[in-house]
Amino acid sequence: MSNQPPQNNTPGHAPAGSLLTATDLRKTYGTTAALDGAHFSIHPGEVVAVMGPSGSGKSTLLHCLAGIVTPDSGTLTYDGRDLSAMSDRERSALRRSEFGFVFQFGQLVPELTCVENVALPLRLAGTPRKDAERTALSWMERLEVDDLGPKRPGEVSGGQGQRVAVARALACGPRVLFADEPTGALDSLNGERVMQLLTEAARSTNAAVVLVTHEARVAAYSDREIVVRDGTSRDVSMEFTR
Amino acid sequence: MSIGHTLLGLLEAGPRHGYDLKRAFDEKFGHDRPLHYGQVYSTMSRLLKNGLVEVDGTESGAGPERKRYAITDAGITDVEQWLAEPEKPEPYLQSTLYTKVVLALLTGRSADTLLDTQRAEHLRLMRILTDRKRGGDLADQLICDHALFHLEADLRWLELTAARLDRLATEIRR
Repeated sequence: MSNQPPQNNTPGHAPAGSLLTATDLRKTYGTTAALDGAHFSIHPGEVVAVMGPSGSGKSTLLHCLAGIVTPDSGTLTYDGRDLSAMSDRERSALRRSEFGFVFQFGQLVPELTCVENVALPLRLAGTPRKDAERTALSWMERLEVDDLGPKRPGEVSGGQGQRVAVARALACGPRVLFADEPTGALDSLNGERVMQLLTEAARSTNAAVVLVTHEARVAAYSDREIVVRDGTSRDVSMEFTR
Repeated sequence: MSIGHTLLGLLEAGPRHGYDLKRAFDEKFGHDRPLHYGQVYSTMSRLLKNGLVEVDGTESGAGPERKRYAITDAGITDVEQWLAEPEKPEPYLQSTLYTKVVLALLTGRSADTLLDTQRAEHLRLMRILTDRKRGGDLADQLICDHALFHLEADLRWLELTAARLDRLATEIRR
């Protein structure tokens, strides 16, 4: 197991070396408390599974961590910077340059070929087409889908499409990869392969992976897990040990 | 697992010495628990007594005599029947975990903590098996998958039980 989190931390403080830390996050939608005191931390190169039953607040936690949703209260620190103090524009820039995303469904642009999809974040960041597509292809090779370059998403299987999506998420070298039920729409065999390739690729680049899943076999690809229940999560790596 | 039937099945391919049988068993099925020589020889003498194998030849050398065993027609029928018969599903109706949960609730201890601790332990083992799968061959992958799916089933039970703890507490204290 890599990157064992340190154990000598005071409650509510970012563990030493933590890349992304959330303390006591709260978020309410109407009268429903989606998050009610959630704690989380992750180190570079670490894969942390966020588990819990449906409706427990897993996805809300992920959205807050990724700066997509602003929590009502609590602190969020990314690489020493206070996320809640950033403007929307700064947060968007951060998402584009430092974060990668993989979701369960419908993430590829159907009009573009697979290689264009993978190259898209690089193109948006200003990389010339040729260079972007070269980088894209090398990531597709790593995810064993380089032969799908000229095909459109509609012409590939679910498992292949998900690998293309992983390649796209990793192509711009994110420091944190957010994966929300990345294998939820796949059969066991394809799901396992995606998890294997995703975690290997992330570890090789020292990217942290926040993996939301309700499947234990998927969570078994992580280094450790936190469980969200009724909007509350504990992260033992943030707790003081005597 | 029925060691007798497995050894018989291995003998169907041709006669073997006890030592070869042990080696073949360990290689194919004994990843975690290799057979002891004593187990092989006691099993073979039982199969011999029941007419399922016969001694095909004996070699004497510097050490003890080495018997070569061959499967009999009755042995082949026995393997066939064993393979044709479905295994009894094991529903674990008297699970230790269930007992622990009920006792925790009855004695006012935290059943939530018990379930959380168990989940962490299950996941720890699942990580070890997943790692082993990564580096292993197809046989390793299949064996680990079998264990992983069972552990996953336990975990689903843990989740469901966690969601029903309040109801269970009310019912057992009635």
